[in-house]
Amino acid sequence: MSESDNIVAETAARIFADLADPQTVNAAKDAAWKAPLWQALEENGLTLAWVPDDLGGAGAAIADGFEVILAAGRYAAPVPIAETLLAGWLLSTAKLASPAGMMVPLPMRPRDTFTMKADGSISGRARGVPFARDAAHFAVLAEGKNGAVVALVAAASARLSEMRGIAGDTIYEVALENARPVGSAAATGIGKEALMVMGATVRSLATAGALEAILALSVKYSGERVAFEKTISKFQAVQHNLARLAGESAAATTAATSAADAIANAQSLAAPGIYLEAAAARIRSAEAATEGAAIAHQVHGAIGYTKEHILHRYTRALLTWRDDFGNESQWAVDLGNRVAAAGADELWPLVASR
Amino acid sequence: MTTALNFDPIRLPKVCEDLRKEVRSFVKQEIAAGTWDPNAVGRDEAFNYEFARKVGEKGWIGLTWPKKYGGHERTFLERYVVTEEFRVANAPTRVFFTADRQSGPTLLKYANEDIKMDILPRICRGECCFGIGMSEPGSGSDLFAAKTKATKVDGGYLINGSKIWTSNAHRADYLIAIFRTSAPTKENRRHGLTSFLVDMKNTKGISCNPIIQLSGLHEFNEVVFEDAFMPDSHLLGEIDGAWKQATSELAYERSGPERFLETFQVMIELVRVLGEKPDLRAAEGLGRLVAQLHTLRRMSVSVNGMLQAGKEPVVEGSVVKDLGTLWEQKLPHKVREIAAFAEPEDLANRVAFEEQLAFATTIAPKLTIQGGTTEVLRGIIAAGLGLRGR
Repeated sequence: MSESDNIVAETAARIFADLADPQTVNAAKDAAWKAPLWQALEENGLTLAWVPDDLGGAGAAIADGFEVILAAGRYAAPVPIAETLLAGWLLSTAKLASPAGMMVPLPMRPRDTFTMKADGSISGRARGVPFARDAAHFAVLAEGKNGAVVALVAAASARLSEMRGIAGDTIYEVALENARPVGSAAATGIGKEALMVMGATVRSLATAGALEAILALSVKYSGERVAFEKTISKFQAVQHNLARLAGESAAATTAATSAADAIANAQSLAAPGIYLEAAAARIRSAEAATEGAAIAHQVHGAIGYTKEHILHRYTRALLTWRDDFGNESQWAVDLGNRVAAAGADELWPLVASR
Repeated sequence: MTTALNFDPIRLPKVCEDLRKEVRSFVKQEIAAGTWDPNAVGRDEAFNYEFARKVGEKGWIGLTWPKKYGGHERTFLERYVVTEEFRVANAPTRVFFTADRQSGPTLLKYANEDIKMDILPRICRGECCFGIGMSEPGSGSDLFAAKTKATKVDGGYLINGSKIWTSNAHRADYLIAIFRTSAPTKENRRHGLTSFLVDMKNTKGISCNPIIQLSGLHEFNEVVFEDAFMPDSHLLGEIDGAWKQATSELAYERSGPERFLETFQVMIELVRVLGEKPDLRAAEGLGRLVAQLHTLRRMSVSVNGMLQAGKEPVVEGSVVKDLGTLWEQKLPHKVREIAAFAEPEDLANRVAFEEQLAFATTIAPKLTIQGGTTEVLRGIIAAGLGLRGR
């Protein structure tokens, strides 16, 4: 996946390079850059890549959508491309058509729940939701009387409260109270675990992309900044920090692309090994985000801690993404419990099976 | 992004999984027959010639080498599977491990035909043990400071000086060692070293002094050369050009599963003492270790896939060793903390766990030193990022 050898990946990379340049976005006085970027993504079928043609999407392969997200991560693009892709995917699993425009899937944290009453109305709340104010619709996974249900809910039906986030963009708590969905259908073959598996893999890929970007930024900066009469790239202490950052970036990319590859080639998200792949991607990429963001800031010194410099666009996104679709601690507890329940003699066969 | 390293999501093909089944069944059978005890750690019985002979019979040594030399012309990924299955079972592979991993491939590339025909089939039969003579008392990470001298005489060279930290030397049939044939030049301080095949069993003037490690194990040695004669035919590769040979082979040496699975048994015993329902912090700790191990292994498989494709992923291999050895070095300490509140019902499990933990803790400091220190690896990675020359 590291080589953009397909048209979808190339298109995504070109759009982000042209319309989501971090320097331009960071210096912008308003959000005027956002509309042309979204329009380009939408016109090229990238926002609904995971939605089949007959449900209003582009019908691209799962692997292609993952490429789009990796590319978006490399620009820390502050548009809901990952969220809309996931929402479209979720709606498609229940054969619901996707509308145009920005969407966000709900819930985004494993402990948040929505329920559907017998009258078809939906209630519940989701914390830590980005782009809730931009979205036209939410794709909601809810518990119905006869199992999981997927519903398309108009954003106007939700009550939003602002939460304090790490990134520059506001995140929200989204509450639905007896909201009437635009459409709903029984979820087929997926439940909350599947949504978390997809969501965690998506965030891991974006994390991998952003870590690649801050590695490149940090290497470049170290070759420009002069201290003690030489570029700081010549100092062994700085070199070792950058080598560590390269290692964290490589670990995140490996874990995330491995999970994406596993999902793209599996019949079902419940297939053996998918859970381990997604959990490992989430845990390791979040750990890499913590380590990597700190190293990148250390290399950049004071200038990297300014609003003016683009580094924070990446590092704040990296730290924020750790909390979406289950944070690394939650995934680790669950993975640890599963490994323990399977027993000591199953540990190596599990690891070796991937 | 030019700085990003390449780790494609390579999967092991079906042929590997079939081979894995074969290896597991062989391992099970040999453990049952008492060939070795997988829970016995820190003992010298890893030099097991009978086991080496059986592995040779199975065709699992020299797996990737040409059939002409006793090899089996299979893939690096198949070799990967054999290596990791033996490693996690603590199989006694010391007789053939070094020869199989790097000495054999070096001979294949640089030795003359007679030597290849003589030695490689013996390695494949599990009869031939190798060591590597690199470090000297004044030259460790700084390999190119080596001083042990090779002086040209009629028909060969006389060697004088000493090598140190030489694993296996007390048992080895051969060493592959570098000696100084010329002084370094102003332009290239790496110039002047030449690689030789040293016949440890049939050469006068070589003595081997044991150096016992803090763990009590005897792996290291000091090897002293006093007018030891090496025939011209034992010269490997280019005179004065060993540095070129050494660096291109590092990916093989550094990216393998042995770089993070040397003490894997402690993780297995951890799961056993935690039982089916670990406490919250134990579950989290275990989950993180499994996620980290999975990631390391996927990186390592990826590098081996690149080797199979004929690439030289030296920087990627260094990343695997750097992350892998640091992970394994911390492993016993994390395991100790994770198990703090575990109360296993079976006392035997606790004893086995504590034995593995003590061993892993004792082994830990050497992991980031042997085969390329953390500092050297980070220098290579930094060079890969374009921050310095190689």
